[in-house]
Amino acid sequence: MNAHDLDARHLLCPLPVIRTQDAVKNLAPGAILRVHCTDPGAIHDIPAWCRIHGHEVLDIQQEGRDIRITLRVGSD
Amino acid sequence: MLAAKVIQEQGIHVEGINFYTGFCVEGHTHAIRRKDRARPKRNNALWVAEQLGIRLHIVDVIEEYKQVLTDPKHGYGANLNPCLDCKIFMVRKAYEWIREHGFDFIITGEVIGQRPKSQRADTLPVVAKESGAGDLLLRPLCAKNLPPTRPEREGWVDREKLYDFSGRTRKPQMALAARFGIRDYAQPAGGCCFLTDPQYSRKLADLWQARGTRAYELDDILLLKVGRHIRPAPHFKLIVGREEGENNFLEGYRKRFLHLRTRSHPGPLVLVDGTPGEADIELAARIAARYSQGRTAPEVEVEVVPREGEPRRLRVPPLPPHELPESWVI
Repeated sequence: MNAHDLDARHLLCPLPVIRTQDAVKNLAPGAILRVHCTDPGAIHDIPAWCRIHGHEVLDIQQEGRDIRITLRVGSD
Repeated sequence: MLAAKVIQEQGIHVEGINFYTGFCVEGHTHAIRRKDRARPKRNNALWVAEQLGIRLHIVDVIEEYKQVLTDPKHGYGANLNPCLDCKIFMVRKAYEWIREHGFDFIITGEVIGQRPKSQRADTLPVVAKESGAGDLLLRPLCAKNLPPTRPEREGWVDREKLYDFSGRTRKPQMALAARFGIRDYAQPAGGCCFLTDPQYSRKLADLWQARGTRAYELDDILLLKVGRHIRPAPHFKLIVGREEGENNFLEGYRKRFLHLRTRSHPGPLVLVDGTPGEADIELAARIAARYSQGRTAPEVEVEVVPREGEPRRLRVPPLPPHELPESWVI
């Protein structure tokens, strides 16, 4: 399945979470979303949001200030 | 958190709504300053939702909130905090949200007498009325001090299991939290909104005055949270990074401003907002030098980068502290 990409770089929390929330609304269950961000708070906030809403965080990569969080959209 | 828990205990499905205005203290601030990086990087609303096992919807109200801040019907508090208008706005948004999503009523954690402006006996009914939520707005922590709302009258909620808290003390809330086994919670007393901060409000008032309008964009209000703001004259202002984290944050804005950097010595990134003339730019360079590691040197080399055109370098003596009046620092 192709992954979708969301550019949330240079946004400060909670905006990366809000953008993720908005992107997930338009994706089908099982879809993969890669969120690109730079706010270190996103490393905590996006996984917390995923746990609450039943989405699965597959991977978190950090290279310098660039952070990439990959998640699979849950069924509800 | 407590209000939600009280309602959950009655077997009622609760979901949370968190409104993001741009003025929230948590979030941004921990990401910017290096000294704050050791703090726990949790978003309190998400953390609370996770503790309660409820969903949380974070709603971006940045644009709509501008009207609340720039023209509050009920005025400001001690600073530029339009608390009552803010509360009415958020309950109105929550009311719209529950109608769109098929929920029955709204709960808030308000307590009569807890806050001097938005949580008084005479202002709680104003929030219910002007938000449009009316008697679908239930305050579980002080419901017994208020007339029964529709959720109570209809028996959706057992009024006897609600509370009668009042006043500024938080002891009853803390005791209830202990009864629920809740030991960790967000700082309970305000402090979560930059608009209640006198220094922040001063910077916002200065911005409005300098522009001759109360209009603002998100970037404007984010920049007010960062750096030293120094206004030597009405037509220009400097934003001076105080440390590496702030310099990194200001880097993202440098192309939108004339900016300066000390080159002969390590020093801050300085953004210049406004319409400075040549003498103003030289003064700005001297101020940049004053905050660099060359502050005691006879001369510091400063690079001046205009928004358009080629960078150039100036050699300037750092401005002595006594030549930088306190009245310039916003």
